Amino acid sequence: MILPALAFYLFATITVACGVMVIASRNPVHSVLFLILAFFNSAGLFVLLGAEFLAMILVIVYVGAVAVLFMFVVMMLDINFVELRQGFLQYLPIGLLVSFILLVEILMVVGAWVIAPETAAVAAAPTPDPALRSNVAALGDLVYTRYVYLFQAAGMILLVAMIGAIVLTLRSRPGVRRQRIADQVSRTRDSSVEIKKVQPGQGV
Amino acid sequence: MTGVDTLLSEYLPILIFLGVAIGLASVIVIASFIAARQKPDSEKLSPYECGFEPFGDSRTQFDVRFYLVAILFIIFDLEVAFLFPWAVSLAEIGTFGFWSMMIFLGILTIGFVYEWKKGALEWE
Amino acid sequence: MHDFAIALPEIFLAVAAMAMLMIGVFQKPGSDMGLVSWLGILSLAVALVLVVTGEGDNVSFAGLFVDDPFARFAKVLILIGSAAAIILSQGFVRREGMNRFEYPVLIMIATLGMLMMVSANDLISLYMGIELQSLPLYVLAAFKRDSTRTTEAGLKYFVLGALSSGMLLYGCSMIYGFTGSTTFGDIANVMQGQEKAGLGLVIGIVFLSAGLAFKVSAVPFHMWTPDVYEGAPSPVTAFFATAPKVAALAMFLRAMLEPFGGMEADWRQIIWLISVLSMLLGAFAAIGQHNIKRLMAYSSIGHVGYALVGLTAATSEGVRGVLVYLTIYLVMNVGTFACILAMRRGDRMVESIDDLRGLGKTHKGMAMALAIFMFSLAGVPPLAGFFGKFYVFMAAINAGLYYLAVIGVLASVVGAFYYLRIIKIMYFDEPTEPLSKPIGMELGVLMAVTAFLTAAFFVVPGVLVNGAAVAAGSLFP
Repeated sequence: MILPALAFYLFATITVACGVMVIASRNPVHSVLFLILAFFNSAGLFVLLGAEFLAMILVIVYVGAVAVLFMFVVMMLDINFVELRQGFLQYLPIGLLVSFILLVEILMVVGAWVIAPETAAVAAAPTPDPALRSNVAALGDLVYTRYVYLFQAAGMILLVAMIGAIVLTLRSRPGVRRQRIADQVSRTRDSSVEIKKVQPGQGV
Repeated sequence: MTGVDTLLSEYLPILIFLGVAIGLASVIVIASFIAARQKPDSEKLSPYECGFEPFGDSRTQFDVRFYLVAILFIIFDLEVAFLFPWAVSLAEIGTFGFWSMMIFLGILTIGFVYEWKKGALEWE
Repeated sequence: MHDFAIALPEIFLAVAAMAMLMIGVFQKPGSDMGLVSWLGILSLAVALVLVVTGEGDNVSFAGLFVDDPFARFAKVLILIGSAAAIILSQGFVRREGMNRFEYPVLIMIATLGMLMMVSANDLISLYMGIELQSLPLYVLAAFKRDSTRTTEAGLKYFVLGALSSGMLLYGCSMIYGFTGSTTFGDIANVMQGQEKAGLGLVIGIVFLSAGLAFKVSAVPFHMWTPDVYEGAPSPVTAFFATAPKVAALAMFLRAMLEPFGGMEADWRQIIWLISVLSMLLGAFAAIGQHNIKRLMAYSSIGHVGYALVGLTAATSEGVRGVLVYLTIYLVMNVGTFACILAMRRGDRMVESIDDLRGLGKTHKGMAMALAIFMFSLAGVPPLAGFFGKFYVFMAAINAGLYYLAVIGVLASVVGAFYYLRIIKIMYFDEPTEPLSKPIGMELGVLMAVTAFLTAAFFVVPGVLVNGAAVAAGSLFP
């Protein structure tokens, strides 16, 4: 089938192009939008690999939530982005060097697979045939029982994230009157009204 | 046909839909360039606010409280993401799987109680 | 199916941390963190008892988790280090407006992550342990959120920590791709048939060790350490320098020796280089420092280098040396940071080395303790620090790594200079403006106990060394 191959090249090209645009665009809001497009295309790539669940999670969590958070952060920071990018060209040679090294490494790894096909044989961990057991169900069979240890650890990490976000950003603002229903209802006449005898001509 | 191919053929309508959407969108944009008359000048292109020059940057700074709400939302979003495979294969994983999820939800409920008591869910 | 009993300390600590969180949040707003702190220390002690009562070499949770003498040895150190960190913080957090109950809770959850790290028997559980440890540490580094300095420290730590996690994951995915498994035992089995590792696997190991080197702050992945140590609140720095270091190094040992034990020829030169660079940088860069927390950061980089000498040897003797080293390092650092936390004038903390001028005249006991720690950190016999270095260098020589041992000894001679300079400043310089008294009961007790342990170690070194030997043996079946 040629269609999956075509779809792969479409998604892959757009993903890489978006990746470039994320760092190249002048406006940070545009960067975030390109990032969202990159997420969508990665989701397409996941579908082509048969990892449906990961694709959907990528859309729900990354596009739906993480990208929104990025947007908030971009809006929250009062940074002059033009000023920030002035060092960009200065660091370009180092960045190019690092990416060149990474590229060479990836090529060597791919080369190792081509040269020594027996390593590729051990690499293929069996996933069930999607026709027999869907991707989501196959994950569900393992995550909550076999990998219960990691699952609960993930729960603890989420708990830490909650505590951390509150510790670092929550402030109780002084002088804000909140609605405290219990306090309001339990107010009595004695605690809030005082009767004073006012002498004529003297004021309170 | 192998399993992955069957899976992908189920996604074919979405791919076609995507193709139509992209095609239609580009046709409309390009057609407006070709068909409509374009006579830009500096006054037409300049932004304005009720007839005045704009006073400041259109970007305004957000409060950090938005961030707190967003991050708390992400955490519960992730929690829900874990519920999908669990619901699908609950018949297979039995009591152990059920209680495994209950403990996970319990941990996050502790976090929720903490948030609630701290007043992180109130806007003031 | 799963043997939950062997993870009892972890389960207990997780439940206890959540219970502390609930107790803290249902207290009156603005309550003192004392209650939660002491309950936290109590639960760390209970977890310690649960660790010590564990027996044998058990694997559970589908090969993700292992409880063996090595893990138990490291866990004992971690739990002691964390409890000491909570005790050290008591005075500081009240003075500096950090008095919130989340502080001990975050330390407990970080401790849980560390226990998971040293018990990890699989690349995935290793990563989960690291994350569970790192996230609370990022928050703790920025805990004093109104101060620009600590916020900056937290942000730097977070960004570089996330980068190193990325490298670690990249390495893990390579290793998984070339061996078909993430469990340490299975990786070792796959590698058994081959006399030389493939190129892809070597790249995987390089990235894995780079990520781990970030976590232990070894050169050339050390850049975050001085800034974070200086910027973070002092008791948090004390915590960073003790328990997480022990956990990261113990994890480093297991992650190199268990899956790749049969192919040390492929990774030895990496660890050799990291170790030498750390020792040299730790020795030379610390000379010009004026801030004592920054000095301790470079000192810790140097000490990581010495500890990695034992890993380079890749023998049971080397691992024993590392474990002995870590124990002694933990004790010395807790003591040194107790002294640093006692440095204040009125309500203001001071951190400059010059503020120690004339301490020998004004605070005799504290100066005495600090002198013991400095001599020990420098490796002067017969103090404990000497024995730590002695065992790792012996292991290196027995493994035929003569150059490494020679460089190590030379680096410790250079390093002795700045430790001795502090002693000179304390005893031979005139006091300018004396530090405040009293130093606080809990700091005094910790100083006295750790100074005693450091000084008296040479009387009965056998207890620790034999325990470490048993622990080290479990990594070499």
